[in-house]
Amino acid sequence: MSLIETQGLTKTYGGRVTALHDLSVSVEPGIIGLVGANGAGKSTLIKILLGLIPPSGGQVRVFGIDPTVDPDRVRAKVGYMPEHDALPPDVSAAEFVTHLGRISGLPRTAARERASEALRHVGLYEERYRQIGGYSTGMKQRVKLAQALVHDPDLLLLDEPTNGLDPAGRDAMLALVHRIGTEFGISVVVCSHLLGEVERICDSLIAIEGGRLLRADRISAMTEVSDVLAVEVSEGTEELAAALTGLGLTPQVDGRLLLVPLDHDDTYDRILRAVADLDLPLHRLDQRRHRVAELFAPRETADV
Amino acid sequence: MSEASVIHDIGYQRYTGPRLGRGAVFGAIFVHGLRAAYGLGRSAKAKIFPWLVVGIVTLVAVILAAVRSQTGVVPLNYIQFADAMSWLIIFFVAIVAPELVSRDLRAGVLPLYFSRPLRAADYIGAKVAAMVAAVWGLLAVPQLIMFLGAAFTTKKGMSDVWHELGDLLPGWGYSLLWALLFTGIGLLIASLTGKRAFAAGGIVAVFLMTTPVVGVLSILPSTDAQEMAGLASPMTLVSGVGQWLVPSANTGLMIGNFGPVYAIEAATLIAACLLLLLARYRRVAAL
Repeated sequence: MSLIETQGLTKTYGGRVTALHDLSVSVEPGIIGLVGANGAGKSTLIKILLGLIPPSGGQVRVFGIDPTVDPDRVRAKVGYMPEHDALPPDVSAAEFVTHLGRISGLPRTAARERASEALRHVGLYEERYRQIGGYSTGMKQRVKLAQALVHDPDLLLLDEPTNGLDPAGRDAMLALVHRIGTEFGISVVVCSHLLGEVERICDSLIAIEGGRLLRADRISAMTEVSDVLAVEVSEGTEELAAALTGLGLTPQVDGRLLLVPLDHDDTYDRILRAVADLDLPLHRLDQRRHRVAELFAPRETADV
Repeated sequence: MSEASVIHDIGYQRYTGPRLGRGAVFGAIFVHGLRAAYGLGRSAKAKIFPWLVVGIVTLVAVILAAVRSQTGVVPLNYIQFADAMSWLIIFFVAIVAPELVSRDLRAGVLPLYFSRPLRAADYIGAKVAAMVAAVWGLLAVPQLIMFLGAAFTTKKGMSDVWHELGDLLPGWGYSLLWALLFTGIGLLIASLTGKRAFAAGGIVAVFLMTTPVVGVLSILPSTDAQEMAGLASPMTLVSGVGQWLVPSANTGLMIGNFGPVYAIEAATLIAACLLLLLARYRRVAAL
C-alpha cells in the first residue's frame, strides 16, 4: 500500500492563486524529501494531507484513507511539526507534550510516559521540566518534533525542521530525522527548500515548483545512472579522449576534465591503461556521484 | 564523556495501548481549561488574580451567612448576591478568557491541536464549557456557603431547609445564566486577539461602556424606555431575566412586562456569541 497517493491534486485559493496544479504522486514508505522553493506548495500539500483544507480538485489518499472524508483516522496516524513557532513559553516541555498526547487520545498515564519517551528520543530528557520560554531555537525545534512523536504516529510530516538552526543544529536535527525514519519504523516526509539538506537523509524525493510536480523518484534511481569517472591529465586531453573513444568508451570533455560514464567494472582499468599507453601525466581519476541538485539544475535555470 | 554519564538507549517503543475518542479529548481540554482558569498548574503569578476574586467572593458569602445566622436579617438573597458580585465576575472573565484562548492564539499552538483528531467545535466547545464551569463555580460555591449557613442555623428544621433549597436552586440557575452570557462575550472578544492585555481591556470596555447607556435610558421620561433600559447592558440584561423568572428576587430593576424581551435577548446574545466563536474557530482550524 502506498503511503501517500495523489491523483491530479489541485488547490486554488479564491479561484486565482494556484497553490497546487494537477499533482500526481505515489509515495512508498521511507524517508521522503519534499523540496521546492518557498511558495512552491509544500505547506498546502501538507494541509491537504492532514485534511485541514479541502483540495479544489483531484484525489488524495494517506494510508489508503481519504483525508477529506475521514480526517480523524488520518490524523490519528500522522504527527505534524509545523514550520512556525508553536510553543507556549510558560509551561514545561514535559507538561506541554503530555497535554498534546492527551489531545491525541492517549490516556493520562500513557500520555505522560510517552511524552517523557518522546522528549528522551529527541534529546531533551534532562531539560524536560524547564519552561519552554527559556529554550534555545534548537531545543524548541526538538520539542515540536517530540509533540509530533508523542502519539506514536506511522507518518511524520515535518515542515522545515531545520528552520533557524545553525549548521551543527541542522546536522543534529537531520541525524535525528534519519534515525526516526530508519530505526523507529516511522515514515517521514521532510519539507525543505534546501535540496542538499534532505538528499542526505532521504530515500526518495518529491520536487515541486509552482505547485507542479518537477520530479518524484527514489534517490538511488536519480543518481545511479549518473555515476561518472572524472579524469584529469596535465596535457594531451584530446589524445586521451580519442584513445578512450577507440576503446569503446564515451568520454565527454568538460573543461580540463574528461567525464567517462562508469558502466563497467573494468572502466577504471581501461582508462588507466590508456593513460599509461599514451604516457600522460595523470592528475586525478575519481568517481563522481552526481548530486541530485544537478538533475534539477537545467530545469530550474530554464524556469528562472 | 565518562562511562557513567552514558544514557542506556532502550530504543523506540511503539504504543499499543488504547486511543480514546473525541469525547475523552473534549474532557482533557475541559479539565485543562478549568485548571488554567484558576491558575492551577501555572506559576504563582497566574494564581494571584483568580484566587483574589475567589477570596473576596467567598468572604462576602461567609459574612452574609454569619450576619443572617446571628441577626436573622437577609442582607442579600442568592440572586442579589450574584448581582452584587457582577464587577468581580467581569474582572474574573477579563482575566480568564484571554488565559483560555488568547494564549493559544499568541503562541501559535492551534496548528498542533487541529492536526490531531479534533474539530473546531470540540476545541472551542471544551473551552466554553471550562469557562462556564469556572465562572459558575465562582458564584455557586459562595451561594452554597450561604445556603449551608442558613440551613445549619434554621430554627424550624427540615421544612426551612427545603424552603431554602427552593431559593438556592434558582440562584444557581441564575449564576449559570451569568456564566453563559459572560463566557460567550468574554471568549468571543478574547478570540479576536492574541494579546492578553488587549483582550482583557476589550472585555472590561464592553461592560464599562454599556453601563452608562443603561443609566441614560433609565432616566428618560418614558416608562417603556425605563423598563427596557436594562436591555442595553449585559449585566442589567441578566438581572432583568432574573427579575422576570423570580419576581421575589428584588433585583431593583424595573422591567414591567418586558420580561420575555429580556429573556429572548439574553438567549439570542448567548447563541450569537457561541455561533460566532464557532465560525471564528472553523476558520482558524484551517490554519
